[in-house]
Amino acid sequence: MRKIFDFHGGIHPPENKHQSLQRPIRDAGIPPRLVLPLSQHIGAPASPVVAVGERVLKGQLIAEALGFVSVPVHAPTSGTIVAIEDRLVAHPSGLLAPCIVIATDGLDEWTSLVAPPDYRDMTTRELLARIRDAGIAGMGGAGFPTAVKLTTKPGSAVATLIINGTECEPYITADDILMRECPDRIVEGVNILRQLLQPGEILIGVEDNKPEAIAALRAAATGSAIEVVSFPTKYPSGGEKQLIELLTGEQVPSGGLPLDVGVICQNIGSVVAIADAVVRGQPLISRITTVTGEAVAEPGNFSVLLGTPMNYLLAQAGYQPGRNRRLVMGGPMMGFTVPDASVPIVKTTNCLLAPSEAELPVPPPAQACIRCGMCAQACPASLLPQQLFWFAQAREFDKLEQHNLFDCIECGACSWACPSNIPLVQYYRASKAEILQLRREHAKAEQSRMRFEARQARIAQEEAAREAKRAARKLAAEQRAQTAAAGGEGVEDPIQAAIDRAKAKKAAQQVVATRATTETGERDKLEKAVVTTRARLDTASSKLEQARAEGSDLVDALQLGVDKTRAKLEAAELALQAFVDAGQTAPQQAVPTDAASVAIARAVAARAADAALDPVEKARAQLAGLEQRLAKTRARLAASRSKGEEEKIIGILVSTEAALEEKVSAARAQLNGKGDT
Amino acid sequence: MAALLALVGLGAVFGAVLGFAAVRFRTEGNPIAEQINDILPQTQCGQCGYPGCRPYAEAIASGDAAINKCPPGGEAGIQALAALLDVEAIPLDEEHGEEKVKAVAYIREAECIGCTKCIQACPVDAILGAAKQMHTVIASECTGCDLCLEPCPVDCIDMISEPQSVQNWHWPLPDTASRQPQIIATDAGQTQDRAA
Repeated sequence: MRKIFDFHGGIHPPENKHQSLQRPIRDAGIPPRLVLPLSQHIGAPASPVVAVGERVLKGQLIAEALGFVSVPVHAPTSGTIVAIEDRLVAHPSGLLAPCIVIATDGLDEWTSLVAPPDYRDMTTRELLARIRDAGIAGMGGAGFPTAVKLTTKPGSAVATLIINGTECEPYITADDILMRECPDRIVEGVNILRQLLQPGEILIGVEDNKPEAIAALRAAATGSAIEVVSFPTKYPSGGEKQLIELLTGEQVPSGGLPLDVGVICQNIGSVVAIADAVVRGQPLISRITTVTGEAVAEPGNFSVLLGTPMNYLLAQAGYQPGRNRRLVMGGPMMGFTVPDASVPIVKTTNCLLAPSEAELPVPPPAQACIRCGMCAQACPASLLPQQLFWFAQAREFDKLEQHNLFDCIECGACSWACPSNIPLVQYYRASKAEILQLRREHAKAEQSRMRFEARQARIAQEEAAREAKRAARKLAAEQRAQTAAAGGEGVEDPIQAAIDRAKAKKAAQQVVATRATTETGERDKLEKAVVTTRARLDTASSKLEQARAEGSDLVDALQLGVDKTRAKLEAAELALQAFVDAGQTAPQQAVPTDAASVAIARAVAARAADAALDPVEKARAQLAGLEQRLAKTRARLAASRSKGEEEKIIGILVSTEAALEEKVSAARAQLNGKGDT
Repeated sequence: MAALLALVGLGAVFGAVLGFAAVRFRTEGNPIAEQINDILPQTQCGQCGYPGCRPYAEAIASGDAAINKCPPGGEAGIQALAALLDVEAIPLDEEHGEEKVKAVAYIREAECIGCTKCIQACPVDAILGAAKQMHTVIASECTGCDLCLEPCPVDCIDMISEPQSVQNWHWPLPDTASRQPQIIATDAGQTQDRAA
């Protein structure tokens, strides 16, 4: 006899299972419309592969899996697709979700099923693909894709395969009835899983409140390696982690998976679906659902097509809507109230509970926590529910995580145990969802931050590249200039000198030009003033003459005006004279550069004049110049002698006179020669 | 003398250890600014008046900016910042905008003229397109910062908030107000009023 361990906490709510076990499994039949939500599992919703108006056959693929954690959807019976639209689904939010609606034709015509090969000849990959393609998701309530759960990492050995036939939640008997009626299919499914996982041992865990099921399974499993284990009834021993602890004594680490302790769990319903898929090639299109509660006259279990509206199924069980205030999908502990009775049955609908008002009353108003600690005693995950409650109320999410909120399996034992009727699980569910959302947002913020920083880096890089290009261009230009300058200095000094000369000349010309313009401007102004004043004086004088002749009264006034104008004219003439004098003296006083520039200008003008003259004229001009200079020198010499100046100056003047006489005679001779030719 | 030597020796040893630790375990950057930046929503919207979340984080860290200038972060962000910096949480500064429902930009593609102005404005490169080609927003990368709205010359960008669906719905916290115990009969009406 296997040793049975125990897990912490747990409660013993009234079981209420006998009501639905009075009748064998009934077929719910084919409703006129089937509504198949694309998301009946955890993970990405399936994607439709059929069009509105298309006829589909039973078992035909109508929506394919999208991604790894996803499962496809198949048509549960033959009919026509009438809509692919958002419909109300069995979800606590009461929101719409995309669904495929099939108008059934009642023929229940199967699509051509591919005869599957013997599963013993199939590889792990082929088996997993078949399970996945059959659309199997965990049938116990969560709906996690079974193929994903069965995919083990290479190298990780499965020590124990546990088939979960516990069904600890009150009212639900779907697995119980399946174990009683179809133990052979269960054993068949377990054999497939053994082929797939090669586990060290295989256990089917069943609570001791299901003696018929245990007997049937033991009978079916005789001779095989399957061990059917029964253990005392306690809620929630059907929780995956609790069941593992019960049967193996090992705890799944916080945040870990059962595989971390070498265990894989499968639900009874999933095992049967695996057998149907692998042995018979049938996809998951129907399931066993318990319909129970005091508001149904004939509670029991039904084999129901997926997508069947709940009210159609309830009608088969003798539903009395007047007695039922709310309809619950799942059990009284973990189930939720469905928004409307028309929502469809999905892969995870193990129970429809239609309780009367007295059977499942509205929870009384929550009162203050009295810190009695009963929730902590009841918690199967050894958490501190009242601490979590305080933190959830205060939205202290980091504290919640520190207190292992995510180990909570939301079994509801704490709420059930709470004497103050505090809906503790609701707080935990809400907080978990909020923390997950915050994590998602944080992950997205992190992503945005990285993208923003990458963009900043890219922009900086582009800017740097542009800057580098600009700097390179500048450097190249400088280098060109430098090589040019170096070449000039080293090889052709005269060129540089010529440039400098030219520059100096240009500057000098500019100075002269500006001087000239300013001087002429000033002079023009003064002259103009003189002219206009004279003109004014003339008119004034003529007017005065006229006035005198006429004997006008204005004579005195005009006389005054004429006098004033005359004075002005005199002043203007004086100014002009002064300016002219200053202009004559200015060149002598001017700074050497100015004198030089004047000289240059004169030279330039003389050269230009030279160029214009023909050689004879030129020579004659030269001669005239020389004669003039000679005359000047002689006059100067005579003046010096008469004044009695220094010997030295007289000597220089005498030698200059001699040189000039020589030049004059040479020029005269040249001119005569030129004139002859 | 021995005591003096011992003390000097201890001082030298610990000084050396501290000096080594200061070099070996030096923290790069400003760790407070880093932590603040981690809390900020990284929308890079500039509503705080700083050119991005990091500059604002650095301004908070250096004490130049108040913690209530981030509308996308909202009250929750202010609470988190207040807890981190151990200061009192203050209400959001209305001057910088108000907390809005998260939305993503959507380009009405028929109206887009392909001017690339929104692409240049997007701080996270979430807009795809080229000159004279229709642009589109990568919704999963959009932070909803609204920065692309203003430069669009034809106003073809809408901000669309994500509709609630079965996928993003989550359980709300229990409604405590409507479930107040009505222990005293005369309180009953008042509780109802308060809940309504």
